[in-house]
Amino acid sequence: MRRIGIGRTGAWVTWRRTALVGLAFGAGALHLAAVGVLLMLHQRWIVIDTLSLGQATVLLLAAGAGAMAARGDGSRWLQGALGGVCAVLPLALLSRAMDALTLQPIFIALSPDLQAMLTLGLPPAAATPALLALGAVAGLVGAGLRAAPRLSRALLPGAVAVLVAGVFQELIQLMLQQYEGPIGAVRDFVYTWEGLTQEGAITVFLVVTLLAQLFGRATQGRVAAMEPARRRQIWAGIALAVIVVLPAVAGSYIGQVLMLVGLYILMGIGLNLEVGLAGLLDLGFVAFFAVGAYTTALLTADAPNALMHLPYWAAMPVSVLLAVCVGVLFGLPVLGVRGDYLAVATMGLGEIVRVIVLSDFGAPLLGGAQGVLHIPKPQLGSYTLSSPVALFYLTLVAAAIAAFIAWRLENSRLGRAWMALRDDEDVAQALGINLVRSKLLAYGLGAAFAGLAGSIFATMLSSVYPSSFQLLISINVLALIIVGGMGSLPGVILGSVVLIGLPELLREFGEYRYLFYGAVLVVMMRLRPEGLWPSDVRQRELHAGDETAALDAGADLLPARE
Amino acid sequence: MTLLQVDDIHVYYDKIHALKGISVRVEEGEIVTLVGGNGAGKSTTLRAISGLLHPREGAIRFEDKALAGIGAHHIAALGIRHVPEGRRVFGRLTIAENLDMGAFTRRDRRAAKDDREQMLALFPRLRERYRQLAGTLSGGEQQMLATARALMGKPRLLLMDEPSMGLAPMMVEQVFETMGRIKAEGVTILLVEQNAPMALAVADRGYVLESGRIVLEGAGRDLLGDERVQRAYLG
Repeated sequence: MRRIGIGRTGAWVTWRRTALVGLAFGAGALHLAAVGVLLMLHQRWIVIDTLSLGQATVLLLAAGAGAMAARGDGSRWLQGALGGVCAVLPLALLSRAMDALTLQPIFIALSPDLQAMLTLGLPPAAATPALLALGAVAGLVGAGLRAAPRLSRALLPGAVAVLVAGVFQELIQLMLQQYEGPIGAVRDFVYTWEGLTQEGAITVFLVVTLLAQLFGRATQGRVAAMEPARRRQIWAGIALAVIVVLPAVAGSYIGQVLMLVGLYILMGIGLNLEVGLAGLLDLGFVAFFAVGAYTTALLTADAPNALMHLPYWAAMPVSVLLAVCVGVLFGLPVLGVRGDYLAVATMGLGEIVRVIVLSDFGAPLLGGAQGVLHIPKPQLGSYTLSSPVALFYLTLVAAAIAAFIAWRLENSRLGRAWMALRDDEDVAQALGINLVRSKLLAYGLGAAFAGLAGSIFATMLSSVYPSSFQLLISINVLALIIVGGMGSLPGVILGSVVLIGLPELLREFGEYRYLFYGAVLVVMMRLRPEGLWPSDVRQRELHAGDETAALDAGADLLPARE
Repeated sequence: MTLLQVDDIHVYYDKIHALKGISVRVEEGEIVTLVGGNGAGKSTTLRAISGLLHPREGAIRFEDKALAGIGAHHIAALGIRHVPEGRRVFGRLTIAENLDMGAFTRRDRRAAKDDREQMLALFPRLRERYRQLAGTLSGGEQQMLATARALMGKPRLLLMDEPSMGLAPMMVEQVFETMGRIKAEGVTILLVEQNAPMALAVADRGYVLESGRIVLEGAGRDLLGDERVQRAYLG
C-alpha cells in the first residue's frame, strides 16, 4: 500500500509540474489576450491567409510549454502534449466565458474579433476541441524539437527568417520598393502588400535552411576553433559594415531610425564615462543634451529670438563647449553626494534645466513652449546635409570620434583615477587622486558627448522644443548602458540598437511596443545581468572563480619579468 | 628630526567632539603606535592627518609644511600614505592594476616599475596572484596588497590603520614582521592598533588614547610594562 502510495505521489508531482508549466504559459497567453496584444498581432499576417502573427504567438507559446514540460524519458510525448494543451486551456476557457458572459465592458480588448480568432471561425461546439488539439500538436512539436536538438538547430534559421520577414514585412518592402528588375520580381513573388505569400514563405524557409546548412557546415569548425575575442571582433566588424552600408541602400526611414540610434550611442558613450567608469549615477543627463540642442538652435536659427546666424559647423563646437561648462557647474553642488542620493539629486538638476527652458522667464530667449524654429541644415561646401541618410553619416562620424576618445580616456591616467574613485573614494584620495577635479571632469566630458548629440538633434529636427527633453531620455540612456553592459563601448552600441532601434522599427505596433520593451528589460536583467556585451572587467569579475581554479591547478599566470 | 607634529587637534563629527586635543610627535625612522579601545579616536587621528577629515582646531605639520585645510590628494603628494582600516583594495581591478594605482602621483614610470618588482619580492604571495582580481584575495593577502599599494607611492610616512584586524594569528605575525622590514627600508610608520601587545612590542614609542584624549605616552616597552595599560588592554 505504502509503496504504491509513494509511487503515485512521485507521478503526481511530475504531472502537476507539467500542468503548471503549461498553465504558466497559458497565463501569459491570457494576459496578452486581455490587454489586446493578441488581437492586434492577429491583424497582422505573417503568411497571407494562412498564419497571423497572433496565431503564431499562441502556437509558439504552446510549443514552448511543450518543450519546457517534456522532461521525463518515457512519457516525454504525453508531457509535451499536456503542456501544450494547458498552455491554450485558459484561452479556450476565455472563449467559452465570452459566449456566456458579456466581458467587454470590463476588458475592452475581449471583443467579438478576438472571439472569432479563438474559435478559428468554427461553431462553438467544435471550436474548443480544435483549439485544444492545436495546442497539443504544438506542444508535441515543442517536445520533439527539444528531444532532437540537431533537427531543431537545422530548422531554426529558416523559421526565424520567415518570422522576421513577416514581422518586418513593411520595412523590407519599403526597402525593396526602390528597386526594379530582378529584385522587384523577387519582391512580387515573396510578398503581397499585407505579408508573405504562401509560396514566398516556403521559399524563404527553404532557401535560408539550405544556406544555413551549407554555410554552417563550412564555417562551424573554424568558428568553434576561434578565440572568443577574435569571434567578437568578427561580429563587431560585420555589425559595423551593416550599419555603414544599410542606410545607403535601405532608404530614408532606416536612415532616420539609425540616426536616432546614433544619437543615443553618442549619449550612451558620454553617460558611460560618468556611470560606467566614474560610478556617478546621473539621471539628469538630458540637461546636457538640451544645452547642446538649444545652443545650436540659438546660434544658427533663422528665427527672431536667435542670437546669431552662424553656420552649423561653427555652432557645433560652441554647443559642445557650453555643455562641458554646464556639466562642470552641474557637478559642483553634487560633489559630496553618492550612490542613490546622487541619482535623485541629478534628476532634480535635469528637471531644473527643462523647467527653465519652459519658463516665462526664459521665454524671450528660448521661446518657451514654442521653442526655436527654422534651424538650418549643415552645409558641406555647396552640398546641404538635408536627407536623414546624410545626417546619419554625420552622426556616425561623430559617434566614431566619440568612441575613439572614450576608448583612449578609459586607458588613460584620468580613466584609472575614475575607476579608483568609483571603487573607493577615500582610498583613491589617499593615493593622491584629486577627487574634485576628476569628478568634475567626468561630468564635463560626459556632457560634451551629450552636447554634441543635442547639437545634431537640433539640426535634424530643424527645431527644438522643451518637450523633447524629458526625464525619459536620461532613463533610456541609462537603461541602454545597463542592457549593453556597464562600462563597455560595444555594449553601448548594442544597447542602443536593441532598446532604441528595435522599438522604432516596431512602431506599427503602437504603444504596445513598450510592453515588449519592458519585458525585454526584465528578462535581460534576469538572464544576463552583466549586459549583452560586458566590459572586460565585468567579464573578469564573473570569471574570477575560473582563474583562481586555474591558479590552484598550477597554471602559469605570472608576469614576464622586465 | 621630527617628521610629523600633531598639535592639540580637535575634530568634530557634526556635534560629536571626537578628538579633544590630540598631540602626537613622530620622529623620522620611528614606528609610533596609537593604541586604545573602540571609539578612542585612533582612526580619526589618522584620517585628520591624511586630510580625509579636517580638524576644527589645532595644527598638523609634516616636516615644515602645515597640513591643516589642504586636500587629501595634496597631502598624498607630499609623501604620506594612508592604508585605511578594513583592507580597502580596488576589488574590481587586478593586483597589478592596484599596485599601479599606488604609483598614481609619480612621474618616474621606470622607477615605479622597479618598485613593483620590489613589492612582489616583499610579498611573494602577490606575485602568485598577480593577474587576479583583488576582490578574490584572502584577508591577509588583501592587507599585503593595501600595504604594497601604499608603498608604491614611495612615502616618507606610512599611516597604517588596524592592519591586523580580522586576520588569522599566523597572518598577524606576518603583518608585524613586514612592518619591521618596511622600517628597515627607511619608511616611518604611524600605526593604529587594537592589538596593543603586538603593536607596543614593535613600536619605538606609543600613545594610549581614551575617548578622544591621550592618557599615556612613552616608549613602547615601558607602556607594555605599565600597570594601567596591562589592566586596561592586556587583561
